[in-house]
Formats: sequence, structure tokens, C-alpha cells
Amino acid sequence: MMMLGLGSVGLVLLSLAVQSGHGAQDSAVWSREETTERNYYTRYHNMSEITAWMEQMKRENPDVVSSMVYGQTYERRNITLLKIGLSSTVRKKAIWMDCGIHAREWIAPAFCQYFVREILRTYKTDTKVNEMMKNLDFYITPVLNVDGYIYSWHNESTRLWRKSRSPGTGGCTCYGTDLNRNFYANWGMVGVSTDCCNLFYCGTKALSESEAWAVTDMLGKMREDILAFLTIHSYGQQLLVPYGHPNTSAPNHDELMEVGLGAAMAIKAVHGMDYTVGTSPDILYPFLGSSQDFARLIGIPLSFTFELRDKGEHGFELPEDQIQPTCEEAYAGAQHIITYTHDKAFYSYAATVTATLWTTLLAAWVSSAILL
Amino acid sequence: MDGLLFSDLTVWSMDWTLLILLVVPTVVHGNPTVTVRTGSGPPVGSNQHPNSVPLSEDTQTTTEVREVVVEEVMMTGMLNPSHYPARRAATVVQHYLNTRYGSPYRWIFLSKVHSGSAEDVAEMRKYQLELTMQEIISNVSGQCSAELLFPGGEGQSAPQVQASCEGLLQSNTTAQEEAFYQQHRASNNMVSGNDIPDSYGHMEPNMKPFWHLGGVASSFIMLRESNESTLYNMAQVANFTQLETEKDQLRVNYHVLLHEMISQEIIHWKLLVTWSPEQGVQVLQTELQPKCHNCEAPPNTTN
Repeated sequence: MMMLGLGSVGLVLLSLAVQSGHGAQDSAVWSREETTERNYYTRYHNMSEITAWMEQMKRENPDVVSSMVYGQTYERRNITLLKIGLSSTVRKKAIWMDCGIHAREWIAPAFCQYFVREILRTYKTDTKVNEMMKNLDFYITPVLNVDGYIYSWHNESTRLWRKSRSPGTGGCTCYGTDLNRNFYANWGMVGVSTDCCNLFYCGTKALSESEAWAVTDMLGKMREDILAFLTIHSYGQQLLVPYGHPNTSAPNHDELMEVGLGAAMAIKAVHGMDYTVGTSPDILYPFLGSSQDFARLIGIPLSFTFELRDKGEHGFELPEDQIQPTCEEAYAGAQHIITYTHDKAFYSYAATVTATLWTTLLAAWVSSAILL
Repeated sequence: MDGLLFSDLTVWSMDWTLLILLVVPTVVHGNPTVTVRTGSGPPVGSNQHPNSVPLSEDTQTTTEVREVVVEEVMMTGMLNPSHYPARRAATVVQHYLNTRYGSPYRWIFLSKVHSGSAEDVAEMRKYQLELTMQEIISNVSGQCSAELLFPGGEGQSAPQVQASCEGLLQSNTTAQEEAFYQQHRASNNMVSGNDIPDSYGHMEPNMKPFWHLGGVASSFIMLRESNESTLYNMAQVANFTQLETEKDQLRVNYHVLLHEMISQEIIHWKLLVTWSPEQGVQVLQTELQPKCHNCEAPPNTTN
């Protein structure tokens, strides 16, 4: 009991000390240990916290949230997604979102957490979100590169790690493959390096990394059902559309640009932030072997990479007081894409069906009039 | 006959309508097939021989390695303001402006590219840009016109920049700079700090001017190292140590981490910086820190 008392006194003192360093907006005592709803989504969380949070989401929303372990990292950790949607007797269409393919981009997993919380918070009261939860399942991977993410939490000197944590081969002693160069999408051709020390090391072969393999496997199994693929990164404030090769356009490039520009407008409406939209070769640099390109190549029509805040002032180390506004604007952008995807699949189909049926009816009426 | 026909038809069409009305709801909420499936993009996993570019000198392995880079075609003429050539050149202008006007209370970032053009001039590449820049401490924005020359040929010399801005330097930083200068010029309390910002993006308020100063000082390096294939930002002040004031200049040793976006590399530099309100920021020494491949923490770090 005394230990508890001392512990809580210590906690209060610690939190008072910490508060001055964090520049907290409100004057209430603020502690890193607090898991109250109000503070949770304005902080970065390590892997065990995110794992616990996934369990909590399932526990609190058992009728709409389930989880799936769909692969293992190099260091044999689970790669887990949350499947979120109203249950249905028929097979449903899906939206795929993954965060944290690059370890140092901490705002990305924070956004996945925010996104999950937001749809769970609003699906009962917001008719549009409810409709989408009914018609779609959301497959959300809060942290894809689990090993890399954990490594980036190790200490200050590892904070800016990017790649996976598989060891180099053939006499090359550095660690890690760039997971976003390891996909079977014109692997190894452009914007990569065969030097295992390089930040763009694409691996010994396509899908040499178990993390990339896990995503490939899932997407392959679900390819008939996935309507949109979103992969979340930072920084740069951009929305990238396929392909990463400078001389190749996706067959629905115009649609991708239109939806992307709509999403950028939705983002800007929230906090005034500008997000640039384009193919990677146009607005960033060319590269192949990305998950986004792979998704498009296997037929998922809408495939976007989000590069969240900022534009270089803090870079990867985005302050926690920017997590909420960043997530709010990114959510608006994602919802624009998802709503478009949903409505295109469900409303234009309905319009087609109705038109077909009325045409059939009319034809039948006319033909029977002629016959009779 | 007609009357019978009409009523038969009515009943018949009503039956059909009823049937359709019953069928439509179930069909509409079922599983539509999505139309766009065929992609006519590049063949998956093709065996085309990649373009390759010769090794860069700083590779440390003995096995043959390749940087597989598409030779970027140098844009000439009007530039798309949202495409990378204009953005990279505009960032160089940002670095230039910080070397000229930056201070512990003045730090400038690119806000928007409005228009730009590029042309080949002798061996060099000349850019002209219309930009909005923002001073991020006071949040004041200004319009800038800039001209850059990237040198051609083998020699890696710095780009030359000329820029004129309107309204950007409006904020009155005199009082803050003077206070900061007076606070730190005395020898009895040398300041130092590390990991600014920290992993969570946080920093103590009294570290902020040193962070700004580190960013401005880094701009000297970033300007010097920039070319059409780079995009630099300062990622972090790893540490800084204030030294004795000399000749009325505050003196600070910095270890900074620069993030180069096109290679995604984190590049370590040490620099010796002086500053005073009158003299502005000067960088006396810079030293590139070697990349330490074998300094990585062992694997299997526990969470």
C-alpha cells in the first residue's frame, strides 16, 4: 500500500516534470502513463502498447472488430491486422490500409489507430459511416514493419531507422531491406540499390522479406474483393498514385488523379494544409517494387500512398501536439477516397441494375404489346 | 378485344413490377462485380535488364553493387510547380535565404511554388522561380523571386542563388535576439543540449532558439551540398555545446543530422557556428561524419 502511495506520488512528480517539457496545451497534470481516451490518441505508442490497444478494440467492439495474424516478421513477430465491419452473411468488399512500413514514420501507425477509433466512434450515429461498415470490411494493419518499429523505439540513435531488420547477406554486414522496394512489382529495376547498407536496398529477390510476403499473400487471396489500397507514410504532405516508373501510367490514371485531388481538397479544408498529388516519378522520385504498385498491378483500382506531415521542419519527429490535426486531415482525405470507392461500387451498380431492369420491363411490355 | 388486352397487360405488367421490386433490393445490396480489372501496366516481374549507373565512391563493400537509377531527364522550359524539379530548386532557395537572414529567431521554409522555369546555360542549369516563403516563428509569409545556377560538369561546387523577397522579413526579432544574446554571452553558464527534437518531436522551450540556430547553420551545408538530385532538411540537432564567447560572438559546436530525401539517407555533420545580432550566423568549420555501418545496436532488442 505504501509502495502504491509512493509510486503514485512519484508518478505525479514525474508528470509535473514532464509536462513542462511537452508544452501541453491544457494546464491539467499530464502523464505519459495515462491511457484516458482524451490523451491516448495524441501520443505515440510503442509496439506492446499498440498490441494491447488492438486487444482493447476487439474487446470493446466484439461485434464489429476481429483480428488476424497474417504473417511473421524476420524476428518472428506477428503481423496483425484488425478487420472492422458489420457482420454479414454474404462475402463483402474490402478496403485495405497499412501503416508503418517504414519504421521511423511514427505518425503513420498513430493515424491507423486514429482511423480505427474514428470509424468505431461514429458508425452507430453517422449514416454514411454506418452504410460503409455494412457494405465493406476495413482491413487495417497498424504496424507492418514490426521489427523496424520496435528498433526505432530502442533509443535515440535508432529512432531514424527505415528498413526491416533482416541481416545482410554475402559479406554485406548491414541490416535491413526497404520493404517498399521488395514487392513483386517490377522488382529491382528502378530507384533501388543492391547494396545492403543502402536505404533503398531491395532485398536479395522480390518478396525476400516475410513482411512483404505477408501483404502479398493477403492481397492475393482478397484481390477480387479489395476496392481500395491505402498505405500510410511520412513525411512530405503528398498523395502518391501509381506507378513508380516514370514512363508508365496506370490505366485509370485520370480517375486516380481526380480522386487524389479531391482527397487533397478535403485535407486542406480541415486545417489548411497543402498536400501535393501525383505519381511518385513526377512529384518525388521514381521507384519500383512498392506495395502501391503491386496492389494496382493485381487489379485493385484505387491505390494511394499517403505522405503525412510535415514538409521538413520536424520531419520524422513530428511533435505529438500535431498528431491530432494531422490525423484529422488525413482522415478526411482517406474518407474521400473510401466514400468514392464505396459509392462507385454500390451506387453505380445499383443505378446500372435499376436501369437494366426497367429497360427489360419496358422491352417485355412493348414486345408483349406487339405479340398480343 | 382491346379492353381485354389492356387489362391483361396491366395485370401482367403489375406482376412483373412486383417481381422486380422484390428482386431489386436484394440484388442491389449484394455483391456487385467491380468493372475495372485489367491493367495494362508494365509486366509483373519482367526480366528486362535494368539501367545501371556506376558505383558511387563511398560504397564500402567489395561485392559488385549497383545504384539502379533512372537517368532523370532534365526539364527545360516552364516547370510544373507541383513536380519535383521546381520543388528541389525552391528548397535550395530556402537554404540560401536562411544563410542570409536566419537567426535563433528567424527560420524560413518553403511554403509554395507558384511558377518556375529551367534552361541550359552553357554547362550550367539555370532556374527561375516565383515562390511563397514562410518565416515559421512569426508565421509571416512573403513572395520571393529567385534565380539559381546549378554548376555543370564534374566539379561539385555549390549552386549560386539570387533572391528578392517582399514582406518575408517583417517580423521584428530585435528584442528577442538581443535578449537571447545577452543571456548567453557571459561565460559562467555554457549551455548544451541533445536530441532536439526528441523521438516524440518535443523540446524544452529554452532549447528552441538553439534548434533554430542549428537549422540555420545547417542551411550553409545544405546549400553547398545541393544539386538537382537532392532535397535536404535538417532532421535533428543530435547535440550542441556552447563554447566561450569570442570577439563578441556566441560560439556553438553542433552535431546535426540532415535528411536527404532522394537517397533517404541520414547524414551526420559537425559544425562550428558563431552568431551575434549584428554579424548574423556564420559557420566557421564543417566536418562530415563517417557513416558507421557497424555501429548498429544488436538485433533482438526487446520491446
